[in-house]
Amino acid sequence: METMIQIKNVTKTFVGKDNKVEALKGIDLDIHKGEIYGIIGMSGAGKSTLVRCLNFLERPTSGTVLVEGKDLSTLSDSELRRARTQISMIFQHFNLLMQRTVIDNVCFPMEIIKTPAKDALSRARELLSIVGLSEKALSYPAQLSGGQKQRVAIARALATNPRILLCDEATSALDPTTTKAILGLLKEINEKYGITIVIITHEMAVVQEICTHVAIIDQGTLAETGTVEEVFQRPRSKAAKKLVFQGEREHYGEMKGKRCIRIVFTSNSSFEPVIANMVLACKSPVNILLADTRDIGGVAHGQMVLQLPEEAGAAEKMIQYLKNRKLEVGELDNYVG
Amino acid sequence: MWDKQTIMMIVEGTGVTLYMTLASTLIAYALGLPMGILLVVSAPGGLKPNRAVYKILDVAVNIVRSIPFLILLMLIIPFTRLIVGKSYGATATIVPLALAAAPFVARLVESSLLEVDHGVIEAAQSMGADLWTIIWKVLLAEARTSLIVGATIALGTILGYSAMAGVVGGGGLGDIAIRYGYYRYQADIMIVTVVLLVALVQILQMVGTRLSKKLDRRITR
Repeated sequence: METMIQIKNVTKTFVGKDNKVEALKGIDLDIHKGEIYGIIGMSGAGKSTLVRCLNFLERPTSGTVLVEGKDLSTLSDSELRRARTQISMIFQHFNLLMQRTVIDNVCFPMEIIKTPAKDALSRARELLSIVGLSEKALSYPAQLSGGQKQRVAIARALATNPRILLCDEATSALDPTTTKAILGLLKEINEKYGITIVIITHEMAVVQEICTHVAIIDQGTLAETGTVEEVFQRPRSKAAKKLVFQGEREHYGEMKGKRCIRIVFTSNSSFEPVIANMVLACKSPVNILLADTRDIGGVAHGQMVLQLPEEAGAAEKMIQYLKNRKLEVGELDNYVG
Repeated sequence: MWDKQTIMMIVEGTGVTLYMTLASTLIAYALGLPMGILLVVSAPGGLKPNRAVYKILDVAVNIVRSIPFLILLMLIIPFTRLIVGKSYGATATIVPLALAAAPFVARLVESSLLEVDHGVIEAAQSMGADLWTIIWKVLLAEARTSLIVGATIALGTILGYSAMAGVVGGGGLGDIAIRYGYYRYQADIMIVTVVLLVALVQILQMVGTRLSKKLDRRITR
């Protein structure tokens, strides 16, 4: 697959008056055409700096960034500006021109590349209909909701037919429903126009929702990279586990106060479907909150956290069943992960 | 005492004051606006940081601003004579007025431009906008409301300064107030000129505030 962005040993150090901050400590990453690549990390991990190195809003201290094979550091100022028209960006706080109408905002990048006003206007109308905001063309950003503002920003970002779209925490200022809608729009754009998308976020849910690949950044280094399934199913690094866990914690919150148990597998055969058999025997469902078991030479090892049915009789029966299967069972109060 | 001549003189004085104020403000902006832009652009962390340019401008602006207007007015009399040909009268007063106001305007412009959201500037950069586009279409366009408020402040201040120039025969309402009201103890003339000066500032302020509100698109309607 064609490589769109190649990041080679990129470092970035910010030198302050009496301190030095190493925001990036040697990042290597390949992003291919058509991918939706998530870069996820806790705040301060360096992800915003990294994405700004992709269009040279920040110049890396060392290392190279190749976009479609071109080394950005070798470009002159005007060449860099031309390259940027092909690498669009959307932001957490939308960054629209507040004194311009919606349609004039969409026209702005086309003014920069000197598209004739008439062509720009018709393209802007087309883009506004793609993002579903045709009727807001003459409104001002202050009259729009957050989700609508981000739609305008997306329309603006697409105006110059870019090959790459960088999203810097694009949904972090939006509520969950709006986030979903915006992510849906981004996915549609990716599929329809084949634009490679790089998404910077601190929310695992965003990555799960639309990304094909993910890189986990932690304290200026990449802790883990891979497809979303790989990383989500088997997070290897500590940073990855923390982020994968973060999404689940929300669900635990909802189940607070209900009866949860922890089962530890040490000696059972991994061929025995313990939980399924228990459900069949007790004729009552359970909720698996956490399951981390591995097959080591035919023996199941690891742990599970189950939420038991409300009905006390059924719950007791289950605990008894598990104990009979020689499993270690412990009750958890207010399990929140 | 309130004969036709006196009334004519006061009407004329009002006109002269307005002429001095508007002309000086215009020139002060012609000088101060580029200075303000340059201050913002060359500042550390600005669009094109340049320590030398920034420091020189910064210090020059501070020096001129710290000289009391009356002193500056006398200090630059030879320069005024060189430009206008004489050192008294309304037109001659415009020179020190504009010169004294330019650094003040530069600071007003600077603070207006600094209010522009950094994110919007960054967005323009990410689109490949060059420096001029960012200055014209982002900085000045986005700051226009604040720039108008600043211009209103500048007009009011320059109007006050123009009255001060009356001490050295600068012309206009200030001149009248000093010659008639102060030297000849004609309190009524003094009061009328002061009232007129106050009214002028009020009108300028009102027009400026209305205009800036009318042109602000951040207010939802």
